[in-house]
Amino acid sequence: MSRALRLAALAGAALLCTGCISPPKPWEKGELAKPAMTMGRDPLGERFDQHIASSKEAASGGYGVGGGGCGCN
Amino acid sequence: MNLHKSKLLPALALAAAAAGTFVPAAHAVGVNQPAPAFSLPREGGGTASLDGLAGHVVYLDFWASWCGPCRQSFPWMNEIQAKYAARGLRVVAVNVDARQSDAEGFLAQIPAQFTVAFDPKGDTPRLYQLKGMPTSFLINPDGMVLAVHQSFHEEDRKALEASIEAALDAHPEARP
Repeated sequence: MSRALRLAALAGAALLCTGCISPPKPWEKGELAKPAMTMGRDPLGERFDQHIASSKEAASGGYGVGGGGCGCN
Repeated sequence: MNLHKSKLLPALALAAAAAGTFVPAAHAVGVNQPAPAFSLPREGGGTASLDGLAGHVVYLDFWASWCGPCRQSFPWMNEIQAKYAARGLRVVAVNVDARQSDAEGFLAQIPAQFTVAFDPKGDTPRLYQLKGMPTSFLINPDGMVLAVHQSFHEEDRKALEASIEAALDAHPEARP
């Protein structure tokens, strides 16, 4: 493959990444807030696990929407 | 296939320009900015519009049935609407549920004694560039934003009510 073609493919890929994959806006998270969208079944157990994980890993969030909130996590 | 350099550069420029158009209009509506106009169908029929509320101090809230803090804010919004209506406050709560039936289920559980409008397409929250749910805007009688508040906790009541009081004190001309 020529270098120019490779560059063009890269540009195309970059374009795809910016345009089509955008995270849902705060007001579009209705589906994500459903209980079925969580990783586990037991909310209390999940919270406990996340508490441990966030203290050990110094990071939090990424476990669903948790019933709205300010969106700061 | 042989793509010449002279053809590649414009192609790259075009790609960059196209990518630029996907970047959302960055800034959220903030304090001292005009509140964007909207006109939406309201609960019980008719339309709710910001223009129609000119002359009132408006507490504009964005909520959804799936949002936990919104559930807490409704009783409080009922309270402030009753308490400050005579001084010119109007509470308007814009629902952003994709399915209006979800919103109606919520309202059956927690009835609202203020204006509820429906925006299932999310045009209004996009206009206001919300950063989280719920978000509320306090708007003066001339349509300028006085305060923005994100989320809702029971302990926020006092501060929110103080900012509403201050707005009403500053605008004694607000129509009741």
